[in-house]
This record gives sequence, structure tokens and C-alpha cells, in this order.
Amino acid sequence: MKEFIDGSIAVAKVVKLCKPGVVSAYPITPQTHIVEELAQLAANGELDAQCVNVESEHSAASVVLGGSAAGVRVYTSTSSQGLLYMNEVLYNIAGMRLPVVLTCANRAISAPINIWNDQQDSISVRDAGWIQMYVENIQEAVDFHPIAYKLAEHKSIMLPVMVCMDGFILTHGIESVDMPSQEQVDKFLPPYKALYKVDVDKPMTLGPLVDPDSYMEARYAIQETHKDVLKMIPEMAAEFGKIFGRQYNGLIEEYKVKDADKVIVAMGSVCGSIKDVIDELRSKGKKVGLLKIITHRPFPAQQIYEALKNTPKVAVLDRSVSLGSYAPLYVEIKALFFGKPKKPKVISSFIVGLGGRDITKDSIKEMLRLLGSKEKSGEFIDLKPELLKEEFSYE
Amino acid sequence: MNKDLFVAGHTACAGCGQSLAARLVINAAGPNTIVVNNTGCLEVFSTKFPESAWEVPFLHSLFENAAAVASGVESALKYQGRKDSVNVIAQGGDGGTADIGLQALSGMLERGHDILYVCYDNEAYMNTGVQRSGLTPFKTNTSTTPLGAKSTGNPRPKKPLPEIMLAHGIPYMATSSVGFPQDLQRKVKKAFSIKGPKFIQVHVPCPLGWRYEPQDTLKVAKIAVDTGLFPLLEYENGKLIGVRKIKPLPVEEYLKTQARFRHLLNNPGEIANIQSLANANIEKYNLRIEEVTAEKTVQ
Repeated sequence: MKEFIDGSIAVAKVVKLCKPGVVSAYPITPQTHIVEELAQLAANGELDAQCVNVESEHSAASVVLGGSAAGVRVYTSTSSQGLLYMNEVLYNIAGMRLPVVLTCANRAISAPINIWNDQQDSISVRDAGWIQMYVENIQEAVDFHPIAYKLAEHKSIMLPVMVCMDGFILTHGIESVDMPSQEQVDKFLPPYKALYKVDVDKPMTLGPLVDPDSYMEARYAIQETHKDVLKMIPEMAAEFGKIFGRQYNGLIEEYKVKDADKVIVAMGSVCGSIKDVIDELRSKGKKVGLLKIITHRPFPAQQIYEALKNTPKVAVLDRSVSLGSYAPLYVEIKALFFGKPKKPKVISSFIVGLGGRDITKDSIKEMLRLLGSKEKSGEFIDLKPELLKEEFSYE
Repeated sequence: MNKDLFVAGHTACAGCGQSLAARLVINAAGPNTIVVNNTGCLEVFSTKFPESAWEVPFLHSLFENAAAVASGVESALKYQGRKDSVNVIAQGGDGGTADIGLQALSGMLERGHDILYVCYDNEAYMNTGVQRSGLTPFKTNTSTTPLGAKSTGNPRPKKPLPEIMLAHGIPYMATSSVGFPQDLQRKVKKAFSIKGPKFIQVHVPCPLGWRYEPQDTLKVAKIAVDTGLFPLLEYENGKLIGVRKIKPLPVEEYLKTQARFRHLLNNPGEIANIQSLANANIEKYNLRIEEVTAEKTVQ
């Protein structure tokens, strides 16, 4: 049923439909409305879950780790500093092969403290072993949560999934959303049956000390599973499509890429604005396109290669920086074409919209204008030169 | 005798007080118990893959989060409707409990989870090589409070962990010692007779870190109690319901058993300072056996 609904409320409602038994989170803007709504649903008796109001994100992640290890479907959400504070627990959850689902309301990282949107937080934890999916709009935010649980809990995956949605833009935005029904979600997502858990009827030790004789195999196993995830996501998305009527590829989305001279690669809500710019420029005869990356971990290198191998010029839009090096997404796009017979002549890197700086249609057009024959490496868009003047003296 | 729930074959040092206490605790708790353990000696020596000393479900995550992970396990059991038939223990060493894990522990207590937290207090970070923790005694020689021209050991007394725990208003709080096995097991059973968050701090000598002979673990543990330096206390609903009464030995009797205090033995001023810490405990908790009031003592 179509509803005109806030992103956070929509996510909370779909999480409720997924029937988690333990929910734990710590307040941080812009994630808070999601757990507030879940708390209200539990207070109303509409959500049968233990809602644990913890003293920190570190404990929020630890509580859902414990709940998941005890064999129950769990949920948490956070942003920014909260995600970084969870960092070691995130690695631990993935290493222990626990199917936790987390919503990251993407937000900038301090200092300077800034509550607005970019993607530095989730990008900074990309190596933790979690599956990471970036959504473009509230409909996708809703749809990717049941997919996240189904993926995470698949017996040949057993890895946590992070659904990344741009803070404020999506969490606080209001859109017309086709909200799934309980029947649809139940049909798609069966009750969780744990492969292994702490259970007094069948004692086992979880989280043992593993020495050099076995550690590498545990890590290798996760790496191999990520390869399987790449195969499974399109299958699961197709299954989702049959029940919910919305079709996703789940790994990437190509928007007018085939004949394009210039393609922008991006993740998240900015893809909506880019599509508008593309439509406008196409109407003026300019051949531009968008490659949206939905699944960032595992990285769908082969699919991206196939999509962009004949594109002359590619602009990679990063909403984060690896300070002191290249932009994170750019590096991976460059790397996947290295040594390949077919590749774009130019792959340029643009760092855009940090700390909630609006990415306007003009910002996107400026990127396309700068996407010439000379490669740009880490070109910041929309900088304010007046703020960069050296005006401070230590004397 | 019931089957041991913490079995032989683990890799603890000879004379390890913590391994003895862990066995006493889990055997008292019984087989319907889930153990969640912080990183530390106990987890390392009892769960080296592919072996485990634990006959009960055992979950280790990180150094500081056992209290929070156990909160998640307890919440899951509640969701499954199984909490009333399963005990949950969260446990860790002194560093994992009183230092890096204090926040998670405080949260667990404040939220009222039905969990027993056990702190095995061997008074330093033994697993990493005897660095001082917040529960290291005053003037102890450790690898991060070494002796030198400007140092006579750890400059601070033990953090008052029992008082911090009590301040949370929990229904049960006790201290115990591996030197008094029956006391420890009775307190574990008592704790599980009470719903809500429970806490027990167990004094567990460490021959390697404290530097005494492995066969002396129980003797050293007993003298700590008998000097008043580690009083055995029991609180229910914030009220002191029992202490172990002692005929106080001079603290020197304790200090001279361990090389970590050897530097103090020719320093009457420092011995007097440590004696005053013991005296404060003896006075505060009324530990001294007095002939005329002996029949009034609890337990």
C-alpha cells in the first residue's frame, strides 16, 4: 500500500515486519527516529521484541551480537561516531558469522563535528566483513531490509548486512512509498533458524582463541563467502521482485550507460539528482549516464567492468576521502580496470558533498564539465575559496 | 559428585587461582548456564581452538563487552520465553571488569538484566604481562609501575569496585576468594536465587604475576582475607548481611608471601600505609572477631 512517509519511520515499520526479537541502539542523529519508532511500536504491543536501551553504541552492537549468538533475529542502527565506536564489535560480529542487520544513517565524521550527510562513516568500516548496501531512496531503504535479513541468514552466507541510507536526505525525507504487507514479508523471509548458537541443550564454545594454525582459514572463508554473495544477491532480488513487484539487480543499476560518452559512478541518494541531470542533458543531446553501485561489499567488480568497459570517460563520485591518499571508491574503480583489455580512456575522481554540503545539479554538471581528456585525481567540488585563505597567525 | 562443567586439559599456569575459581563458579551455577566471557587469561587458556574446557555454552566476544553481550543473550532468552530456566553468567578479569569493561557492566546493572557478573580479580593485566589495572593494590611492583629512583610501585590503592557496584542499587553484591571455596560456591548459588543483576568479585592469586610458588595459591588467598586487605562481604538489597570475621594478621604477613611486594619489607613507612588500608576495612566492615560479641556475628 502506498504511504506518504518519513524514511526513518518507513524503515522502522519494515524492520517490525521482519520480526526481530532483540533490538538495541543508542541515540545519535540522524538515526534516532528509527529506534524511537521501534520503541513506540513495542510500547504499543505491535512489535514483539526486547528493546534494550544501552549506554553506548559499543554495547548496542554487543547486545545484538549476544542476541544473535543466542539464536534470535536482531536489529540495530547508528550513524557516524556511533558506527566508529562500534568498529571492533562490527569486525567481531562478522568474524563470528552472526547475521546481524544494521541500518547506517550516513553522516560525516568529527572533527569538525558535523551531523550532516556524507558516507565517511560506513566507508571507514568497509573492511569489517559486513555486506554493505547503499540505497538511493526511501523505497529502496524499505525494500533492502527484508533482502538484508534473507541474505544475512542464508545458511551458506551467515554474515551481517549494513543497509546504508544517507542521513537526513533519506532518514528525514518524505516520499510516497509502497509499504510491504506482513504477508509479503512473511512469504519472502522465513523465521530465523540459527545454524549455531549458545544453547544449554547443546553446549558449544563460540569465539575461541584461534592461533596461526587456523586463523587464516577463518578469514579466507569470509572472503570466499563474499564471492558467493555476489551470485546470490541478484537471485534474491529476483525472488523479492516476484513477491513485492519491484525489480532490482541488487548489485548495480545502470542508468543510460550503454551509449554514454560520460558516466558518473556514485552511491546513495545523490543518484536521484544525477538521474535528473542526465535526463536534462540527454534532452539537449548529450550522452551521459549513471552507474549506481548498490552493493559495495562485496564489491561487484565484474559487473562494473562489464557495464563500463566501453565507456570513454568515467567520473567517480566519492562522498568520503581516504585522507592522505585517493578517494576510496575511485581507487576500486581504477583497480578493477587495471590490466584489462577494454577500459575507459579517462577515470577521474571527484570528492563531493562532504559534511552535508548540498550536491546540486550544478555540482554534478561541474563534474561532467571537468571530466575531460585529462584525468582528475581527487578533485573537490564546490569548495569555498574564501574559507581557504590563510588568515590565522600563531604570533 | 556432579560432573565438572570446567574440565581439565586447559593451559592455565600451575597454581592459577582464576582457573580454580572459574571451576567453582560454574559447578555451583550448574549445567543450565550460559557463560559470556571477556577477553583475558581465562578465555585464552580455556578455549584454544579446537579445544574447550567448557561443558556449558560459552561465548567470548571482546575484552570489554561481556556484560553487554550477556545482556543480549539474556534478552534473547526472554524473547524465547526461556529465561526462567537458564542462568546467565558474564565474567572477566579485573581489567576487563573495573577498567575497560566498567561502562558496559554499569549499563548491564542499571538496566536490571537477570545476570550474574563475576570479576576474577588477580590485581593486574596478567595475560599481557602483569601491567597495573585499576584493581592493582597500593605500591605493587608491576611492569607498568616498576620500581625506580622515583617509584616505589603502583601509586594508587584498589578502585572501590564493591562500592561502585552497590551504588547501582543491585539486589545482590558479594566479594569472595578462591581461598574460601565453600564461601564462593554458596554466594554463587545465593546470587542465582535472586532475580536481577548480581555481582561477585573473587580474589584469585596469580603465582606468575604476584611471584610466589604455585602451591601457595590458597594460602596467599587466605592471608589476604585474614589481614583485612581483601574483606569478604555480602550485601542483599544494599544491606550488609554478612562478613567473614577475622583475627587480623599484620599486613606484613601477606606482603612477605609475594615478590611483587618485596621492596616494601624494609620500608616501615609504606608498610604502615598499607596497614592503615587494612585497618580502614577492618573498622568499616567490623571484621574483627571480638570475644564478647562473637555470638552476634552474622553467618
